[in-house]
Amino acid sequence: MSKFTLIIQGDNHVIVTRHFAAPPEAVYRAHTDPALVQKWLLGPPGWTMPVCINEAKPGGAIRYEWSDGKGAGFYLTGEYKELVPNEKLVHVERMHLPDPTPDNHVETRFEADGAGTLMTMRMTLPDSATRAAMLATGMEHGMEDSYARLEGLIGANAKT
Amino acid sequence: MDMIDATFAALADPTRRAIIARLAQGEATVMEIAEPFAMSQPAISKHLKVLEGAGLITRRVDGTRRPCRLAPQATDEIWEWLSMLRQALDQNYLRLDAVLADMKSETKGTGK
Repeated sequence: MSKFTLIIQGDNHVIVTRHFAAPPEAVYRAHTDPALVQKWLLGPPGWTMPVCINEAKPGGAIRYEWSDGKGAGFYLTGEYKELVPNEKLVHVERMHLPDPTPDNHVETRFEADGAGTLMTMRMTLPDSATRAAMLATGMEHGMEDSYARLEGLIGANAKT
Repeated sequence: MDMIDATFAALADPTRRAIIARLAQGEATVMEIAEPFAMSQPAISKHLKVLEGAGLITRRVDGTRRPCRLAPQATDEIWEWLSMLRQALDQNYLRLDAVLADMKSETKGTGK
């Protein structure tokens, strides 16, 4: 039933797939129109993206800045390499924490799938250590609410 | 605390996650691990003790050095965290579903 998958492949790839109930043109637009990206690419509850630069053209800049509204934040920069309207986006990106992480090369495909779209995102990292670090970083910044829940659980267990 | 709790508690600290990421690149001594951190070696040793207690790292004796490495099962534990990363991404995509639904109704509403 899951319409979303995230798998690791080989030494240095991460593959994400997701089905959407909208045509490829709409899903592509939601990935390239900054006003739309700002509405959904947010991570944990309470986080926002005050700065969203997304120049959807070859060589175009990408810059996303996230904030938790309480002074914590981090940002991502990148460049577009190749765009096939409504079909494919190729870009590189890196997180700034604040030191930049090694480049993540990302190819995103949008394919018609029934009345909707199958999106396949293939990330290529320089090596497996970088991939492990990236996944750990994703945990670090995307998981604070999960950690809070876990810490609550651990605290409750420790008392018994 | 059982082992899975110890793992979560060990990984709930950003310094310890950074140490794990460092050891994912290979074996290292306390001095090498401490280098990128603005922390004393005893402070790092305390973190290493927690990671060792959680079964995430092992240490061997090499003369006067006690280099650390990731425990074989640590990799499995770490990949379990993948399921949590999935959840965070899934939240983004659920929001994207809502954005796409809005786009659809806007198109219908304004006849664009």
